[in-house]
Amino acid sequence: MAEAQNIPVGSTTAGQIAVAAESTVATRMSAPPSFDVADFPVPHGREEEWRFTPLERLRGLHDGTAAATGDGLKVDVQAPEGVTVETVGRDDARLGKAGTPVDRVAAQAYSAFEKAGVITVPKETVLTEPIRIAVHGEGGTAFAHQVIELGAFAEAVVVIDHTGDAVLAANVDYILGDGAKLTVVSVQDWDDKAVHVAQHNALVGRDASFKSVVVTFGGDVVRLHPRVQYAGTGGEAELFGLYFTDAGQHQEHRLLVDHNTPHCKSNVVYKGALQGEGAHAVWIGDVLIEAKAEGTDTYEMNRNLVLTDGARVDSVPNLEIETGEIVGAGHASATGRFDDEQLFYLMARGIPAEEARRLVVRGFFAELVQQIGLDDIEERLLEKIDEELEASV
Amino acid sequence: MATLEIRDLHVTVEADNATKEILKGVDLTVKQGETHAIMGPNGSGKSTLAYSLAGHPKYTITGGTVLLDGEDVLEMSVDERARAGLFLAMQYPVEVPGVSVSNFLRTSATAIRGEAPKLRTWVKEVKEAMQRLNMDPSFAERNVNEGFSGGEKKRHEILQLELLKPKVAILDETDSGLDVDALRVVSEGVNRVRETGEVGTLLITHYTRILRYIKPDFVHVFSAGRIVESGGAELADKLENEGYEAYTKGGVSA
Ligand SMILES: Nc1ncnc2c1ncn2[C@@H]1O[C@H](COP(=O)(O)OP(=O)(O)OP(=O)(O)O)[C@@H](O)[C@H]1O
Ligand SMILES: [Mg+2]
Repeated sequence: MAEAQNIPVGSTTAGQIAVAAESTVATRMSAPPSFDVADFPVPHGREEEWRFTPLERLRGLHDGTAAATGDGLKVDVQAPEGVTVETVGRDDARLGKAGTPVDRVAAQAYSAFEKAGVITVPKETVLTEPIRIAVHGEGGTAFAHQVIELGAFAEAVVVIDHTGDAVLAANVDYILGDGAKLTVVSVQDWDDKAVHVAQHNALVGRDASFKSVVVTFGGDVVRLHPRVQYAGTGGEAELFGLYFTDAGQHQEHRLLVDHNTPHCKSNVVYKGALQGEGAHAVWIGDVLIEAKAEGTDTYEMNRNLVLTDGARVDSVPNLEIETGEIVGAGHASATGRFDDEQLFYLMARGIPAEEARRLVVRGFFAELVQQIGLDDIEERLLEKIDEELEASV
Repeated sequence: MATLEIRDLHVTVEADNATKEILKGVDLTVKQGETHAIMGPNGSGKSTLAYSLAGHPKYTITGGTVLLDGEDVLEMSVDERARAGLFLAMQYPVEVPGVSVSNFLRTSATAIRGEAPKLRTWVKEVKEAMQRLNMDPSFAERNVNEGFSGGEKKRHEILQLELLKPKVAILDETDSGLDVDALRVVSEGVNRVRETGEVGTLLITHYTRILRYIKPDFVHVFSAGRIVESGGAELADKLENEGYEAYTKGGVSA
């Protein structure tokens, strides 16, 4: 891809580094975090956290008019031996420990869910097989809460697949005990009409490592909000994401890494390709290094490949640094068009234009997939990407 | 017998909102088995000729014809030209992030040959070709041209030449940026392809150095967008001794 920093076609790439400023990540939200939907005014669309989102397409998730329908969503969990899978009531003490809803839809989800899922991997249990969660929408509206908790030194891979049609608002908590290792792959492979708004809260224990891979292909509106905080020193978070935004789709990924603890690391890499009229991708990357978080090492990057006219990218990296005692902090954002020279090179070797375009886009994503570092997941993702490209490029 | 015929080729580019004519009537015929060296000063239009033959979208053909075995090359898309048997080894090969050399080579060979090569013989074929070019097997797993040194990029181009077996190979400054050892290895690769007698070679170069390894049948001097003098291998010796001065200062009118 060309190293274009910013291209016309309705793309904006903004970035800022604020040193020792007020905590704007927190202050620019319309209300402080809360579990109660009543604490958030109904958004009108000009709020900082909503200004990119087409509220009119949220099917009432934001204004209290969406109501749960009984059977709209099937959730199937397959877990290897040693893992506890429970369905619990609202009053279970383990819910909501990893983070608090930060916007009205997340609070709505928390206020409206009836049963929550809790998956527990006991301490020192190292799984050799992934936990698989299949979420399949059958046209209904649902509010959900899921907790995945790993005890100290436990290791697990969780693969969550979202398919079908649904209107879903959810909170997902990831709690990592000391030294635990959790990889979560969340694939949003929804049908065209689905609306999916979710907040992911990861609480990373001392010396624990959290790896999140978010893959968004489908849906009418997908708005995900992965957030990371650290519960002890030495924690590591890697947040990878890839999205393929087609005509008419709105795919929004808003990330927050809150370095609230000294000597923790984070690495964020999101890549997206867009094509078609009205395709809109939004990427907000907030990294906050609090005054007490000495020894922080963080990097975040977002790259977008715009394949056709009519697509729009809003990419906003935002790094707020309240201490100078850090190892490293960097960010990058680039949005570019198809590189004609790459296409020419491939075609000059006999490869037809369409196949050449597919190779370039596949390569663009493969670069990220190669960084994930888990062979079977890499393969699965590349297959998924191939399918998606086969169908649409 | 494959023949590439270039007649009165005129080419322009758009630069700074102006149209600039770069090629001003190029005439050249390259037959299978022949090697033509095109030599000329920087900026004389050598790469423009190479890119125009391959169909690069930046160059506009404003006049003339190019036929390959009687077929109109200028009507073909870039990939059709390659499948018809034209090959361009580029002066500056392009990086393709995330696409491995092995995937690239196989996709390309499949397109050129019209069917996927049998996996087992293919792997062997690539391995042996890489060995001959002193390329480490690990290159197969690297992304196309990414982080390759200048010399490695050129070897990779010649690797493709050997695997794709074109009718006409255009080698644009394959010698530039190579040390003596790499120059020898790359030249041997080109010579292996030439010795089959099945390829016509258009060797574009600025320096006479490569002609010690690859003996041309014809040498053409290129200046200001056209061929200004043609001769045998002895013309290269003259250029070696006298440089391009006589041509660039308007001393010769073609
Ligand atoms: N895409 C382009 N846009 C603008 N100008 C171009 C373009 N391609 C070539 N030119 C111009 O055309 C002229 C010929 O360039 P070309 O690259 O063909 O020369 P060359 O003989 O290959 O030179 P070298 O020996 O440096 O490789 C130069 O003046 C160059 O600046
Ligand atoms: Mg050149």
